Amino acid sequence: MSGLDMAIQGGIWALEILAIAVPVALSVAYITYCERRVIGFMQARKGCNRVGPAGLLQPLADGLKLVLKETIIPAQANKLLFIGAPLLSLMPALVAFAVVPFGETSLFGVWETPHIMAISNLNVGLLYVMAIGSLSVYGVLMAGWASNSKYPIMGSIRSTCQMISYEIAMGFGLVTVMMLAGSLNLADIVHAQAGGILHWYMIPLFPMLLVFFISGCAETGRTPFDLTETEELVAGYYTEYSGMWFATFSLAEYGAMILISLLTSILFLGGWYAPIAALDFIPGTIWLLGKTALLIFVFIWFRATFPRYRYDQMMRLGWKIFLPWTFGWIFVIGIFIYTPGLDGIIDFWLAWR
Amino acid sequence: MLKRAFKTWFLWELLIGLSVTGRYFFKKKITVEYPEEKTPLSPRFRGLHALRRYESGEERCIACKLCEVVCPALAITIESEERDDGSRRTTRYDIDFTKCIYCGFCQEACPVDAIVETQEFEYATEKRADLYYDKEMLLAVGDRYEKQIAANIAADARYS
Repeated sequence: MSGLDMAIQGGIWALEILAIAVPVALSVAYITYCERRVIGFMQARKGCNRVGPAGLLQPLADGLKLVLKETIIPAQANKLLFIGAPLLSLMPALVAFAVVPFGETSLFGVWETPHIMAISNLNVGLLYVMAIGSLSVYGVLMAGWASNSKYPIMGSIRSTCQMISYEIAMGFGLVTVMMLAGSLNLADIVHAQAGGILHWYMIPLFPMLLVFFISGCAETGRTPFDLTETEELVAGYYTEYSGMWFATFSLAEYGAMILISLLTSILFLGGWYAPIAALDFIPGTIWLLGKTALLIFVFIWFRATFPRYRYDQMMRLGWKIFLPWTFGWIFVIGIFIYTPGLDGIIDFWLAWR
Repeated sequence: MLKRAFKTWFLWELLIGLSVTGRYFFKKKITVEYPEEKTPLSPRFRGLHALRRYESGEERCIACKLCEVVCPALAITIESEERDDGSRRTTRYDIDFTKCIYCGFCQEACPVDAIVETQEFEYATEKRADLYYDKEMLLAVGDRYEKQIAANIAADARYS
């Protein structure tokens, strides 16, 4: 490979990274705005409406404030880990977007066959997302450890425990999707749901949709599972963080929220397909992003509605309710697939048979 | 039993909770956008103090010092002297608004309705010293809000 080729390849990679990172960062900024407005509305308030028209410049003002703030690093903290932790929690949140298919396009008829709009159309996409998603726990754990302070370490221990517990339920929930779609490739999973709302996996896998989405809330540390950053722990693992590094943690958290919403739409809500054939004229990407936006709204709605779980209740929910349910559902789906007579029912959703 | 299981597994109570917040999402918002909008004030609202004058321009205060005595925060300081025409008048009438608790006792004690509390509450300053009002400043406040003060006293008259 010549030097020029390598330079071109590097440029393409940089563009691909920017194509994911910039929209994610921008949408995170406006999700924070949206969150403040929606929660305000639900509390009979108006929310932020001062900066710019209808408060639309509020995220920019917030960002500017955070950038200009002083970064305080505690004297006894491990400086390398202290700075590394927010980066390590942001990185997986962004990297996981690499395999997310945002739709398929034939570039207005230029290409013969439609191409999947993903940076990498990985065959083990689902596994990749789960693996990368689990990495974010290291950032949290490092932040708690590096701060050298008691509340952050408590918060990070809680957070680690929570993420590990809910990842199991989440992973087994995804096994059912795999059983129906017969593939780990996210684009193939979406293709398996083609043909209208009845083919979407939310119909046969409705309990798994709930388990996945609620576990997603726990994974991202959102209400009602935000006991990693409760008042009793001051602010959990980011007690000692300020300014831009604190913002990096928020960016990671909201990025993970977007990712969970995207995955839920892709795995259970038919990805880029319209619910009925008559609505096919709307581009697939808009459908996917619309479904994602709806789920993000549900996240915010949860936050405005539910009180926080107690620690033992959260653990009980993860281990004693979600895990048995996912096992049970795997069992049920398995019976349906391999029992002659019953397989006629499940065949409607089985793409690989 | 079956009903309870149904409610548990379909997250019924959570859906009720979500529907409550969902309804509030579309309700009328109660926010008052303060500098542009203000809530209505009672005629009895106890804000910035004012010294009033008669229509002739003569100041009402006769330096009886009842307000100074009744003031629980000792915020009022009065000194008086005999004026050339033989009437007793104040030479000094100061209210320290860093001490004042806005109880309204001075207004109640005053036999000639000289010291009153207005509905003015936006008099924040940058220096503490600016909250020490002397007689001239209090009279100026009275001149500025005389209309409002008279209207409020009239509105409240039938209750006193």
